[in-house]
Amino acid sequence: MTDTTANGGPVLTTQDGTPLKVSLARALRREKMRSLVLIAPLLIFILVSFLLPIADMLFRSVENRIVADTLPKTVAALSAWNASSGELPDENVYAALHDDLLIAVDEKSHTRLGSRLNYELSGMSSLFRKTGRRVDRMDEGNYKEQFIKVDKDWGKVETWLFLKRYSPKYTPGYFLNAVDAEYGIEGIKMKPEDERIYLYLFWRTMFLSMVITGSCLLLGYPIAFLLANLPLRYSNLLMILVLLPFWTSLLVRTSAWKVLLQQQGVINDTLVWLGLVSNTDRIVMINNQTGTIIAMTHILLPFMILPLYSVMRTISPSYMRAARSLGATDWTAFWRVYFPQTIPGIGAGAILVFILSIGYYITPELVGGTDGIFISNRIAYHISSSLNWGLAAALGVILLSLVLLLFYVYDKIVGIDNVKLG
Amino acid sequence: MSEKDIIVSFSEVQKSYDGVSLVVKNLNLDIQRGEFLTMLGPSGSGKTTCLMMLAGFESATHGEIYLNGRPINNVPPHKRGIGMVFQNYALFPHMTVAENLAFPLQVRKMSKAEQEQKVKRALEMVELGAFGNRRPAQLSGGQQQRVAVARALVFEPELVLMDEPLGALDKQLREQMQFEIKHIHENLGVSVVYVTHDQSEALTMSDRIAVFNDGIIQQLSGPDDLYEDPQNSFVAQFIGENNKLEGKVTHVNGSLCDVELDDGTRLKADKVNVNAVGDRTTLSLRPERIEFEPQGLENIVKGKVEELIYLGDHIRVRMDVAGNREFVVKVRNRGQKRDLAVGQMVDIGWAADDCKALDFVQ
Amino acid sequence: MNLKTLILATTATAMFAGAAVAKDMTIVSWGGAYSASQNNAYHKPYMEQHPDINIINDESSNEAVAKLRAMNEAGNITWDLVDVVASDAIRLCDEGLAMEINFDEMLAPAPDGTPASEDFGDLIVSDCFIPQIVYSTTFGYRSDVAEWNGKEPQDICAVFDLENFPGKRSLEKRPINNMEWALLCDGVAKDEVYDVLETEEGVNRALAKLDTIKDQVVWWSAGAETPQLLADKEVVIGSTYNGRLFSLIEEQKQPVKMLWDAQVFDLDGWIIPTGLPEDRLQMVKDYLYFATDTQRLADQAKYISYGPARKSSAPLVGKHATLGIDMAPHMPTDPANATNTFLYNYEWWADYRDDLDAKFQAWLTQ
Repeated sequence: MTDTTANGGPVLTTQDGTPLKVSLARALRREKMRSLVLIAPLLIFILVSFLLPIADMLFRSVENRIVADTLPKTVAALSAWNASSGELPDENVYAALHDDLLIAVDEKSHTRLGSRLNYELSGMSSLFRKTGRRVDRMDEGNYKEQFIKVDKDWGKVETWLFLKRYSPKYTPGYFLNAVDAEYGIEGIKMKPEDERIYLYLFWRTMFLSMVITGSCLLLGYPIAFLLANLPLRYSNLLMILVLLPFWTSLLVRTSAWKVLLQQQGVINDTLVWLGLVSNTDRIVMINNQTGTIIAMTHILLPFMILPLYSVMRTISPSYMRAARSLGATDWTAFWRVYFPQTIPGIGAGAILVFILSIGYYITPELVGGTDGIFISNRIAYHISSSLNWGLAAALGVILLSLVLLLFYVYDKIVGIDNVKLG
Repeated sequence: MSEKDIIVSFSEVQKSYDGVSLVVKNLNLDIQRGEFLTMLGPSGSGKTTCLMMLAGFESATHGEIYLNGRPINNVPPHKRGIGMVFQNYALFPHMTVAENLAFPLQVRKMSKAEQEQKVKRALEMVELGAFGNRRPAQLSGGQQQRVAVARALVFEPELVLMDEPLGALDKQLREQMQFEIKHIHENLGVSVVYVTHDQSEALTMSDRIAVFNDGIIQQLSGPDDLYEDPQNSFVAQFIGENNKLEGKVTHVNGSLCDVELDDGTRLKADKVNVNAVGDRTTLSLRPERIEFEPQGLENIVKGKVEELIYLGDHIRVRMDVAGNREFVVKVRNRGQKRDLAVGQMVDIGWAADDCKALDFVQ
Repeated sequence: MNLKTLILATTATAMFAGAAVAKDMTIVSWGGAYSASQNNAYHKPYMEQHPDINIINDESSNEAVAKLRAMNEAGNITWDLVDVVASDAIRLCDEGLAMEINFDEMLAPAPDGTPASEDFGDLIVSDCFIPQIVYSTTFGYRSDVAEWNGKEPQDICAVFDLENFPGKRSLEKRPINNMEWALLCDGVAKDEVYDVLETEEGVNRALAKLDTIKDQVVWWSAGAETPQLLADKEVVIGSTYNGRLFSLIEEQKQPVKMLWDAQVFDLDGWIIPTGLPEDRLQMVKDYLYFATDTQRLADQAKYISYGPARKSSAPLVGKHATLGIDMAPHMPTDPANATNTFLYNYEWWADYRDDLDAKFQAWLTQ
């Protein structure tokens, strides 16, 4: 039909004379609209609860309007100041600061600005709090002297350089911080060695997540195989055991691990009793990386087993039989015939476990000690404790990009269509 | 028949899964070299279990299976060197057709060149020379079937097992494949053990057929014997169409006997599976051996026409004969008009040799 | 019944019900024994006097700062009163998330007429913060450690003395307190600690001191961890809040003793979120006037071993409500316990917390 029209043949029409294509498009459009309406609640939900927050996070990681909003006149006056002159700004700037601060103190926004700037330079918090208390008592004129009298920091070129650096509405500061660099007075440079933490934590998060994914695979593969091949009544029981960690509260689970793994715990006691370990050399298995790996593997194991199981269940036992009848040993039959067919399950399980573990923070916080914590623990700290949401957002954006990058690499190597989630 | 001509021998083989009942009961069976032997029976009759024991995927609970005179109960499947075609082909989905075929050669550590040559030959044998690089999922059912057969044969086993290999194909394709498999068997001279529940498939392809029921071989013979001379009621009933009449033996006369049906009708029958006067018996009678306008036949009875079904090449007439309302007569369509009508009483008859007196089954 | 009458009827019922049903007031606190003490000392007597008010307990204080900011950004404040530590109160006040308090106007004077601002005195560390209790972060140690050969820790520096007091220690996973203790035991005078800590060398000096015990430290982030670790013999000495140690020793009867030396005083109290509607604000104010008076603060000490923040409450502290023991000797402020104390410098930490935390965390991962 399309061929006819494409070749310039007669246009087919319906009984009432409408061209067939128009009529078809209309009928399909109605169907499309109907399906759109059906998925609309989900779309809206995803938009509101997922996409908008991510967009907000992206925005927060570079947003820095607070300086220009709180000190508009100062920022304007500072733009005329030649920062490289090495001299303090002139009286105009101090007067503008006085005007701005009067309004800011009235709105109580100067302390908020102080805590924002304190993330970049220690001491800004008290500088603004202190100055805020005194600014309404200043006399008309000669503000420069009066400000320096309130705090000698106002008489330092560095303070003004720093303020000028952070006066634009958008800043790379949070991102630089998130990769252990700083956007300080001398420009962009790496932080001193002993203050670098995030790059190392990103690396450790990736590394530990891979180890956890690997151990989930090692432990989960045989269990999934068993599940897929046992008679139904046994496999149901086993499935309940597999899902048990899901139904246990986090605290119960963690306490159980502590009871088992701590130095005076069940495993160490047993080892000492068996004489495998001396009483003075009890093994440290918790509050370190080992603890994190064990506890997270336990929790995430079902996410590996379920996709593996759903893939293995569809693999007919006749493949293995065929391979063996063709002369393959049990191992060859498994490795060349069974295993390749489970790769979609391995891919799905590995992606699930890896992505979940990359974002985990409660379990590492509870059993990870100092060398078993993840980047997410720092994100949580900046969200809930230091209130440095910009830095948290920047760390989150980097983490998200890393995950997307890994997805891309995975797609290139394995192929994303080679993933079977259920 | 010498020992050397026997490739497989089942000796007093029994199999039980649950320790309570036997799936295979005391199986003794010799399969000859080069033979096409079919195990035929309804599902649950034990035929597939026998095949699996032969392949090595199930172990015999009792008894011994010999391959080329060697006991193989403790030989793992991959060392038995038996080719096998599975019900759903079991082609490895992640390998191409050529890789599937090369698999048994690779595990036998054959050289690359030899592999390629054998794969090519096997593909040509099943007329799929151009399909080596396709995945199984890209092939039609019939093509997959051929690949499965080629894979089972590519490493040149002496014995090939086929477990209902045509079950998934439609009727027309199935019939075509039956001939193809038959021809491959004839050309290569391998021994084939074929399992099916489809009797027409068994009759078409086999040299010999072992009819299984209830874990026992009911009869082992060529297709024609199976049809013409069933040894018991089950075989008569299972192979082809069959009319059953029940009665009691009243007189034995050499190979013939007299039978009195329950309604008093007296018939002469071929004494196959009855012993003595007074035994209950089931008479078996093929529908195409019954004639209207009977002349010179030993058995003539009256029957009432119940239903006429026109089937082109023949007409099926369902009748009420001696109390059996499912009595079927097949009449060849010779073109001339027949004035049969439903409700009509007519005479029908058959020869005593065509009427087999078999064991009585309630 | 047509639709209009149905709507009218429903509205009328709802309004009527609204008048009869108690008003809800959401109070956020820490949960556990602490919330229980507030419930007994404040909430129950208040609700008895005001049957129309229903207090809802929310146990989110440990994430109050972040949640308040999120609520503020969303423009929907669902909390009426929040219990936070002083440093969080300062942060909330700086961020404009907590309301400024007029102490003498909003709070009851002492029984002798002293105005509230004087009664609380210098414990008012922020304009937005009504102190409630004084607690301290201090050490508890097991009294049955064989390796110590009968010696018992006498001062804070026992924590850094692996020779005489071997075994694992538990410390909080943050720089606050740990840095001060490290410097004190490295020979820095008490009143110079923050001056030293302000310099790069001072920070390194504190971290170097902590380095000497680093591989023997179990780091905690929840107050319940140290008591559990002590009870399980996982550590021999550890820091936590004094109330936690009180219940470990007096209620669970564990062989653990308090080391009050160099305890760090800290404050916990109320803040009112900014932006409450007038009717809810009035309700909160009425509750606060009652719950922060001299008697109520003294009552709380019946249930938990934290010192009341009003000077006038101290003489009224009695016996524990169920154990029946005298509570005064268990207060961090008791003269016998407070021979050597350390006062948390809020202003200083507000400036240096972010910086030092980064350094401390980097040190931890090394």
